[in-house]
Amino acid sequence: MGGVHPDDSKFARESRIEVLGVPQKVFVSMSQHLGAPAKPVVAVGDFVKTGQLLAEPGGFISACIHSPVSGTVKSVAPRKDLAGNMAMHVEIEVLGDLWEDSIDLSTKLIKDIPEDREAILQKIKDGGVVGLGGATFPTHVKLNPPPGKTAECLIINGAECEPFLTSDYRMMLEHPQEIVVGAAIMQKVLHACPCVIAIEENKPEAIAAMQKAVADLAYPDIRVAVLRKRYPQGGEKQLIDAVMHRQIPSGGLPVDVGAVVQNIMTAFAVYEAVQKNKPLISNVLTVTGDGVPANMQHNYLFRIGVPFSYIIEQAGGVPENTAKIVSGGPMMGKAFANLEATTVKGSSAVLYLSAERTRRKAEGPCIRCGRCADACPMGLEPFLLNRLAKAGDTQELENAAVQDCIECGCCLYSCPAQIPLLDRIRPAKAQVLGIIKSRNVKK
Amino acid sequence: MNSLIWTVIILTVLGCILALVLSLVARRFHVVEDPRIDAIEKALPGANCGGCGFAGCRAFSDAAVKAGNLDGRYCPVGGTPVMREVAAILGVQTEEKAPQVAVVRCNGSFANRPRVNDYDGLKSCKVKAALYAGDTHCPFGCVGCGDCVAACAFGALSLNAETGLPVVDEQKCTACGKCVQACPKHVMELRNKGPRGLRVFVSCINKDKGAVARKACAAACIGCGKCAKVCAHEAITVQDNVAYIDFTKCRLCKKCVAECPTGAIHAVNFPVLPKKEEEKKDE
Repeated sequence: MGGVHPDDSKFARESRIEVLGVPQKVFVSMSQHLGAPAKPVVAVGDFVKTGQLLAEPGGFISACIHSPVSGTVKSVAPRKDLAGNMAMHVEIEVLGDLWEDSIDLSTKLIKDIPEDREAILQKIKDGGVVGLGGATFPTHVKLNPPPGKTAECLIINGAECEPFLTSDYRMMLEHPQEIVVGAAIMQKVLHACPCVIAIEENKPEAIAAMQKAVADLAYPDIRVAVLRKRYPQGGEKQLIDAVMHRQIPSGGLPVDVGAVVQNIMTAFAVYEAVQKNKPLISNVLTVTGDGVPANMQHNYLFRIGVPFSYIIEQAGGVPENTAKIVSGGPMMGKAFANLEATTVKGSSAVLYLSAERTRRKAEGPCIRCGRCADACPMGLEPFLLNRLAKAGDTQELENAAVQDCIECGCCLYSCPAQIPLLDRIRPAKAQVLGIIKSRNVKK
Repeated sequence: MNSLIWTVIILTVLGCILALVLSLVARRFHVVEDPRIDAIEKALPGANCGGCGFAGCRAFSDAAVKAGNLDGRYCPVGGTPVMREVAAILGVQTEEKAPQVAVVRCNGSFANRPRVNDYDGLKSCKVKAALYAGDTHCPFGCVGCGDCVAACAFGALSLNAETGLPVVDEQKCTACGKCVQACPKHVMELRNKGPRGLRVFVSCINKDKGAVARKACAAACIGCGKCAKVCAHEAITVQDNVAYIDFTKCRLCKKCVAECPTGAIHAVNFPVLPKKEEEKKDE
């Protein structure tokens, strides 16, 4: 249902994943995941090794954070994140690159999966693995459905429907076997449910690579599904609809319909955490943009905590005619307010947008064409939500299910009158979610 | 001709019957409304601004009469004189409140607070604040899209083009509190108007540490605590790196204004003394 078809613009698809170096100082944020911020367990002056635990989970829905480098802890203080808000960061001055002894640094593929389910879950939790598709939800929580609910299908999300982004695509080309082993591990945790690796049809090379890896490794019940190209197919609920033809009820979770969705990068991170004892301290990010020369288009394997300014510098600086730099894809990404901000676990791209691409046209009147309602993948009526948000009618907003909005931006993209629908709906959704939350607390 | 007469007769009879029915229904289902509701509504300013927390003046009157008292019900627009009138109608006591006015607790003018990025999105503070911290290094201050101006039903607020900050017209401000609700950054505050409009307040809510706050804005409160030390009336507290003056304790001595190293504390409506001006120049 719904969706739009923006131009692919995957300019960086031919750039191999390069290993990015580390600057003199890195800043590791304590709020890198959905849920409670992590609690630092290191003190100023401590020497930390690469992969050493920096912070422990601050609640049930939270995750461990590990040091991406080796060096001395210089400070544990608030620092501005990319939106300009304050968050706790651990500052580390880099000294060499000394890894934790328990981490296996070889590139040899380890096929055999440990038998003990609980031990695997513990390793994923201790590795600080979170969902790397965007929401950064702690993976160990997602892989452990509440009692009474069982997973019937594990979907590995290789849709990468956001224009410009190519990090998942490159991972599928360069590390297909590791991803399949990661998928098999998660399959094991979910009591051997079937597993589907879902890839959009515009990535034939990735489909071929994954199909070959699945055939070579021959784990039971893993297959590759080819999906038609559509945005936002990589959204959890949309993917479940596309693969399993099941719809999640309003306010429900994927596991309610028996589905668990994990990203390609998450599968890779699970592989590293379980088979190599390597916590989540690096991720792949795309540096790209429209009209950006080919030598400035990169896919980098970066250490989490490296400032964006360093990445941009290494990638050849900000290209000419850049009006806006966005963290993430053009549809859901956020513009940088602060380039000194550091990368977090969920960082997926540095996107340069030209002035033509970012220009906003004047808002016209709504002509009731209904295109936004057609485009909305959640079946909402954005024109109505926009009007209610303007009036501040939270009761009616809740009745119109504003809380189901996934902020994909399809409504704004499809509106012929250039009405900034999502811009108005976003704060209204936050307000309604706040009201629902406080009501549940009272109960 | 005949048909005309019949029409007139039938309509007249029909009219009489219906009138009879209506009058009977009106008598049978007569709602006795307390005349005090009308009286109170008349006494209220009739702005229907919602400053009291009710939908309008009628709703306020209704609630007051139903409850029979004025506990927690206060019309900020009318203030004490109107509330006395209302209390007299109900035959109860009302609380005496000093007249209040909205103040802008932000010094982040274009000159004080350099802009570090451009915002080209929807011109709404609510939307802007939901997206990011604002286009300066200060994540606490005014984001300057004028939601408060739009919320004001009395035309008391305007955006100053030179500073980019909202300005309160004291004559028009009724302290209804709509701007306080509208501001996503909680920059607006209702404070006592003070004797002859004299008042002193900290015009900053930046909770960052001193050095960070100062870097973001030249007139930020850096939480140094000098004002709290110099205050003889214990009116000033410094919490989370920002000072706050309790308007119920402040005696308007203005010692803190002179002491503040960044000029974050504002003294309003005090007569300007020529000597003071010179001192400022010397500094």
